[in-house]
Amino acid sequence: MSGQNKREPNGNVGIVIVSHSPDVAKGTAEMVRQMVGEEVPLAFCGGNPDGGLGTSVEAILAAIDRAWSDAGVAILVDLGGAETNSEMAIEMQPEERAGKIVVCNAPIVEGAVIAATEASGGASLDTVRRTAEELSPA
Amino acid sequence: MAGGDISGGKAIAGSVLLTHEVGLHARPSVKLTKLAKTFGAAIQLGTSADGPWIDAKSIVKVMAAKAPQGTTLHFRAAGLDADEAVAALVALVERDFDEAGTQAGHG
Repeated sequence: MSGQNKREPNGNVGIVIVSHSPDVAKGTAEMVRQMVGEEVPLAFCGGNPDGGLGTSVEAILAAIDRAWSDAGVAILVDLGGAETNSEMAIEMQPEERAGKIVVCNAPIVEGAVIAATEASGGASLDTVRRTAEELSPA
Repeated sequence: MAGGDISGGKAIAGSVLLTHEVGLHARPSVKLTKLAKTFGAAIQLGTSADGPWIDAKSIVKVMAAKAPQGTTLHFRAAGLDADEAVAALVALVERDFDEAGTQAGHG
């Protein structure tokens, strides 16, 4: 099972969690759901297609689709490969989604909870990203 | 600016004792911030009556306040629904963030 979401009618920014570990991705998503609630489109993916640690561009593309919102999507990642694969997934998006998907430079768990909290209040994609990134120097 | 300067005008104020076992940590902070965001009024939170005041709609700032159990939380708000906002936030803290009996492991 991966990345279920309850879709809002395109109101709030969506959140995608990308980890090398399926368990980290799932656990982070559970924290977001329990702490923030259901108002935010949310999807997660983790692990390579063989079930090991890693990330896959295809899985990230699918997660972006599940969490898609016209307000945009903020992606939270863990290690380097998750970021580069997420950036590849963003580059592969159709033109109408260009500029509406960002990778946040924030810790994956705290960043996901913070970004989702901000998104749940109807904040813009830019505000969601900036709020998540406020955490980074700490 | 949300939570901006409301010190000059007429602010609605309220205070409440934080009894939640884990204090104002992650989950209560999220609930407080989410509730604050539902109001149009500028709302500030302080851990003393003299401030310093932080934007109650900023999840990062509210979490960073790290108010422990036993802190008196002070709210002040300005704007159309300031009365309701302060009343609702005080009530949320009084209700222990609706988490009575479920605090174990949270925080």
